[in-house]
Amino acid sequence: MPYLSINTLKAEYNEIALLKGLAQNDSKAVEALYKSHFSTIQHFIENNNGSFDDARDIFQEAMIALYEKVQNESFTLTCQIRTYLFSICKHLWLKRLQQIGKYSSPLSAQEESVSVEVDMESHEKKDAAYAIMDRALNSLGEPCKSLLEGYYLNKKGMQELAADFGYTNSDNAKNQKYKCLMRLKKLFFAQYNIGD
Amino acid sequence: MRNITLEIKRNRMNQMDDIQLLEAIEKYLAGEMTASEVVQFESVRKATPEIDQMVVEHSMFLHEMKLFADRKNFSKLSEQTFNTLFETGHWAPIDEQPFMFKVVQMWDKYKKVTAIAASVGGFIALFTSLLIVYLSPSLNGSQVLQLNKAIESIKKNQQVQGHILNEVKTKLPENAKVLSGGSGFLIDTKGYIITNAHVLKGNGAIVINSIGQELNASIVYTDKASDLALLKIIDSDYKQPKLIPYSIRKNATDLGEEIYTLGYPRNDNDIVYGKGYLSATSGFEGDSNAYQIQIGANPGYSGAPIFNNDAEIIGIINTRQKQAEGVTFAIKSSKIYALIDAAEKEATSDNKIKIAKNNIIKQVDRKKQISNLKNFIFNIRSYN
Repeated sequence: MPYLSINTLKAEYNEIALLKGLAQNDSKAVEALYKSHFSTIQHFIENNNGSFDDARDIFQEAMIALYEKVQNESFTLTCQIRTYLFSICKHLWLKRLQQIGKYSSPLSAQEESVSVEVDMESHEKKDAAYAIMDRALNSLGEPCKSLLEGYYLNKKGMQELAADFGYTNSDNAKNQKYKCLMRLKKLFFAQYNIGD
Repeated sequence: MRNITLEIKRNRMNQMDDIQLLEAIEKYLAGEMTASEVVQFESVRKATPEIDQMVVEHSMFLHEMKLFADRKNFSKLSEQTFNTLFETGHWAPIDEQPFMFKVVQMWDKYKKVTAIAASVGGFIALFTSLLIVYLSPSLNGSQVLQLNKAIESIKKNQQVQGHILNEVKTKLPENAKVLSGGSGFLIDTKGYIITNAHVLKGNGAIVINSIGQELNASIVYTDKASDLALLKIIDSDYKQPKLIPYSIRKNATDLGEEIYTLGYPRNDNDIVYGKGYLSATSGFEGDSNAYQIQIGANPGYSGAPIFNNDAEIIGIINTRQKQAEGVTFAIKSSKIYALIDAAEKEATSDNKIKIAKNNIIKQVDRKKQISNLKNFIFNIRSYN
């Protein structure tokens, strides 16, 4: 019976609240996660052939993976956030070391970890799709890139965009957005594997 | 939107109205249609496989776009959070080992370069420590002992390295005597360097970059009143950088502003980072051309640049004046502009000096700033 004590329950409740905050882009939750867990990762990476910058990059990626996991409303917390973040970072760092051919002996770590293979597989798929979208957007050129980013990333309305980009009315902006969007979709689907 | 589905049917073959179709699909997928519009739209969708296909494809695209946007926005938030915490002193990547430890460490790092200046270095180190003992009667015994130990280790290294001394190539002319040294920094990619006038006691100068490469330099202009001097690297080995990553501030800066410096305070070639803050907007005895700063500065810091958090140069360290512990004076960066004006008036060639003004590392974290900046800061030796 692992969750008998009130303190354990309380801690678990706090963790769930934190993850809910994270899912909603609450900067306080993000800050709390950095404050409680970054230094553990920093020590782990620096003790295993990595630099401070490596630790920052790896932790950032782990935060993204956690963020995307909690976007799914049915996500379950099977271990402490600390353990989960550490496990992701360990996985990512091991992979990085293997990529640059620096991996020699098992990583030294005092933290316990859980298996994150399944989560990491879905994270990698998302990574690939993200990269395709990023490339597609970047090869669009201007003003298409900024126009679509304004609409889809910054959630600006057509009227606001018309003003930003100097179109005489929102219909002109709409026309332009349509043309850009068609080009973007063509670029995106040329690389995106629908069957997957 | 009035009866949009009819329009879709009517205009399906007309490319011009694809915009409206897409708009309808986006509205449908976003759940912004009224109940009756949905019914109409879905019946059209069922009857037209092309439209159904478009809906499926666009839904997939919008889903990916949402993931993309969410990740991008979250990455930004996460990065900003990290940077704010980092700037407010959480976590320290920069190696801030105690002074004595570094003194020992430096001998391993730059044995060859230190060998060149070993004899001079030993002398100046000894002189400095005597000066410190003289100026600070309250200094306790163990500290003095530590300093003496350092000098002992310097002496030993000199003995060990004695035989290397002759093999190391130096750009100092034969029989040249090094008279003084300090730090300096690049202000124009053509090789113009600013340092203190008192750093240049001899007629000639060489500069050494952060990786230990020596370069010949000529003294272009000195102004004893402001204690600033301009050097120019004249050496075929000099690789002109494309861009200087910092700018030089023209106007005054605020009290309490956090600052840092990079220089060569010891007579080796180990660049040293020090941080502090601006403690008075005037210098020694109210000198309005100077700042008082709180930073651990040794004599070799003379001529070293002082950066603010945005990696903008706000002053030049000047340790000529007598100092209390931790109190140092700095020449205001605006004096650099005055010096260049004066130098150009006297110059025989009309080769204009372009003072660095593109600050490209403003947003970068401190550690990266430093690793970038150190390539533009030189160890300077003047000889006769």
